[in-house]
Amino acid sequence: MRRPSARRLTALVAAAMLLPALAGCGSDEKAGLVIYSGRNEKLVKPLLDELEKAVGTTVEVRYGDSAELAAQILEEGDKTTAGLFFSQDAGALGALSTEGRLKKLPQASLDKVGAQFRGGAGDWVGTSGRVRVLAYDPDTVTKAPDSVHDLTKPEWRGKIGYVPTNASFQAFVTGMRVLEGDDATRTWLKGLKANDPKVYENNLKVLDAVGEGEVSLGLINHYYWYEKVAEDGADKVGAKIHFLPGGDPGALVNVAGAGILKGSTQAPVAQKAVDFLLSKRAQTYFADDTKEYPLAAGVTSSVKDLPPLDSLDAPKIDLGKLDSLQETLKMLQDVGMV
Amino acid sequence: MHTEEPVARTGPQTGPAGASEPAGYRRAGRRPPAVLLVPATVAAVLALLPLGYLAVRSLERGPGFAWDIVANERTAQLLGRSLGLAGVVVAASLVLGVSLAWLTVRTALPGARAWSVLVTLPLAVPSYVAAFAWLSAFPQLAGFTGAAVALTLVSFPYVYLPVTAALRGTDPAQEEVSRSLGLGPVRTFWRVTLPQVRPAAAGGGVLVALYVFSDFGAVSLMRYDTFTRGIYTSYRASFDRTPAAALSVVLVVVTVLLVAAEARTRGRAGHARTGGGTARRAVPAPLGRMKGPALTWCGAVAAVAVAFPLGTLGYWLAVGNSATWEPGRLLDTAGTTLGVAAAGAALTTLLALPVGVIAARHRGRAAHLLEQSAYAGHALPGITVALALVFFAVRYAHPLYQELPLLVCAYAVLFLPVAVAATRAAVLQAPPVLEDVARALGRSPLRVLRDVTVPLAAPGFAAGAALTFVVCMKELPATLLLRPTGMDTLATRLWTETGVGSFAAAAPYAVTLILLAAVPSYLLGRHRT
Repeated sequence: MRRPSARRLTALVAAAMLLPALAGCGSDEKAGLVIYSGRNEKLVKPLLDELEKAVGTTVEVRYGDSAELAAQILEEGDKTTAGLFFSQDAGALGALSTEGRLKKLPQASLDKVGAQFRGGAGDWVGTSGRVRVLAYDPDTVTKAPDSVHDLTKPEWRGKIGYVPTNASFQAFVTGMRVLEGDDATRTWLKGLKANDPKVYENNLKVLDAVGEGEVSLGLINHYYWYEKVAEDGADKVGAKIHFLPGGDPGALVNVAGAGILKGSTQAPVAQKAVDFLLSKRAQTYFADDTKEYPLAAGVTSSVKDLPPLDSLDAPKIDLGKLDSLQETLKMLQDVGMV
Repeated sequence: MHTEEPVARTGPQTGPAGASEPAGYRRAGRRPPAVLLVPATVAAVLALLPLGYLAVRSLERGPGFAWDIVANERTAQLLGRSLGLAGVVVAASLVLGVSLAWLTVRTALPGARAWSVLVTLPLAVPSYVAAFAWLSAFPQLAGFTGAAVALTLVSFPYVYLPVTAALRGTDPAQEEVSRSLGLGPVRTFWRVTLPQVRPAAAGGGVLVALYVFSDFGAVSLMRYDTFTRGIYTSYRASFDRTPAAALSVVLVVVTVLLVAAEARTRGRAGHARTGGGTARRAVPAPLGRMKGPALTWCGAVAAVAVAFPLGTLGYWLAVGNSATWEPGRLLDTAGTTLGVAAAGAALTTLLALPVGVIAARHRGRAAHLLEQSAYAGHALPGITVALALVFFAVRYAHPLYQELPLLVCAYAVLFLPVAVAATRAAVLQAPPVLEDVARALGRSPLRVLRDVTVPLAAPGFAAGAALTFVVCMKELPATLLLRPTGMDTLATRLWTETGVGSFAAAAPYAVTLILLAAVPSYLLGRHRT
């Protein structure tokens, strides 16, 4: 009774060890370009499939979280397998830039987008933009406020929904710190907190809460609303969105972007990939499919009602300065929001 | 490493010295034989890799910088929150685990076998799925309460399983003697049964505590800031690995202290039967008037821990038009998941075998250090372990980088304690006297291990392997960083789908993950020795 059970166990173990060895067979093919993508596979896979055709070599994409992939690239150092980092936000690119891991891009590539949407050192470029907006419930709100500063007024007490843990919210707070200073931002955060806002776990939940009248206002990114309209139909989405005028910090335009890894042998093909991401085709994809803002000049969005980027009154800010997230988090912790 | 000094000393002081123990309980010698020592050292070195990495990283800007982070007020605050959460979850898990184990093994509970399977199934539910289910139904739970509820309901089987195994392995005669001497079932439970299962419960409790320390998914969704979440935030906010590494070192120190404390309370009592004949199946204690409440208790646990998350997933499947079924891809991903989890479980179990046997049978500084080393990686967040392996592989094993063997090694580092705990508990219940006899008859240590120890403890090894298999399937952050490019597991697909907010599209992956993980959980639940 004893020996067979031990033998069976051994056999099972051996079989289990063999499985991955077999699965690993045939994966030795070297790709011409490896992209570390912090952008979600669901959103960008069709575009990256097109990119593979455009650059004329095999492309392997490693999907992950922007921050985690950036940490991984820093840990990999010179031996990184990545040729291109396609990031969800400017902060992760800024971190790689600060550590000197990104290669300077040709001026021609950089010039395709506005100066405010690229890295200060010229080593990364924004590929699409997203705008902070106010979602509001038209049943209870006749006129949405024109500034985030209005949100500390007593009339909005208990009526605001937001996601303090969300990277976009935190980038917006960082932007406010850059624009208005730490003291003003701390005062605003305290005022918001005192107004008893409701906390949600993601932007979609905020949008739903606004649509269902659970709260009257929500702090979100614009594309969540357009995505929801595309998915559920315009008549089913109860919430409306308001683009804040007057360079208000609440109207921050943040970007997703790409940078080429310094020292990578894949640099030439990575350069082709960057140019593809800034091409009319890719920019149209961002506009139509992910409902973001195209950043390269000459491409406009075909998504109904999406106001043109240059018509927005976004605050003037150097996105490279959004890398002081650590201080923002400290402030959010001090105020008791995260 | 200074912190391990007192740890190593606690051993000899806690129990009676070897010579004064009754002959039947005597362990093998102080020094483990080379056949155990060498592979156990390999396992310990692997498990300590993250610690070496953390030392390099946290000290790269000088000890002063690291100390400023560690000595920060917020560090203490986060640590307090983690410890508080772990305390509550462990206490709740002990109550749930021990009570359910006793009810399903030792009493005439109707449908005991079915209940034992049902209350093991929560193991298959990833903490982030459980947390989301609770949060979507009861948003007001967010915070400490929600995190405690979600974590307790996914981790109490870590206590239930070893305690069940211990109850099945102990001789019912002692309890029968107790009852024949006039003690009622409750007092028999307290005075006879509970001491017998204490090592198993304590081992399970440690696993639960480590699970809570390392969990990111549930506390993150519940927005309850713990130490692990602080480490994550530190990575995400600044991409600065130094503060995160310094904080991780604190977590390792706490783990070592915790494991040492558990070893202290574990005591040195023997738990194997040594008399003649074989142990019988216990005669189930009649429940009498307690039958109704007992059934209600089991039913309530099964309802909140199993039916509720599955029901929520069912709801996600039913609603939302973003639910896109891709059966081919689902099947593919499921196959990959099974493969890597099986390999992870196999390696982990193999590495745990020598460590577990040494922990159960040997004493002395080396034995203590080996066991405690095995626990070092478990409290660390998956991303820390993953970055450590990235660091070492890129420098010293580049051909392995982003290949499956490295991912499998990461699973071994992360889940070694799960398999070690199961192995140790299993070996403890095998009478050491049989090994002594084999040795006295001239068998080599390897043959004693192969012919006596392993067969006797085989069910325990199998249980440990099954448990490791389940936790490998659910693992997310290390899989994200270390998997071969283009490879997906159910957990990473789940992450991808929820990343764009479509929980309806994530539901098929979540359901598949739970159903697949339910198979070994089911086997664990109905496993009888």
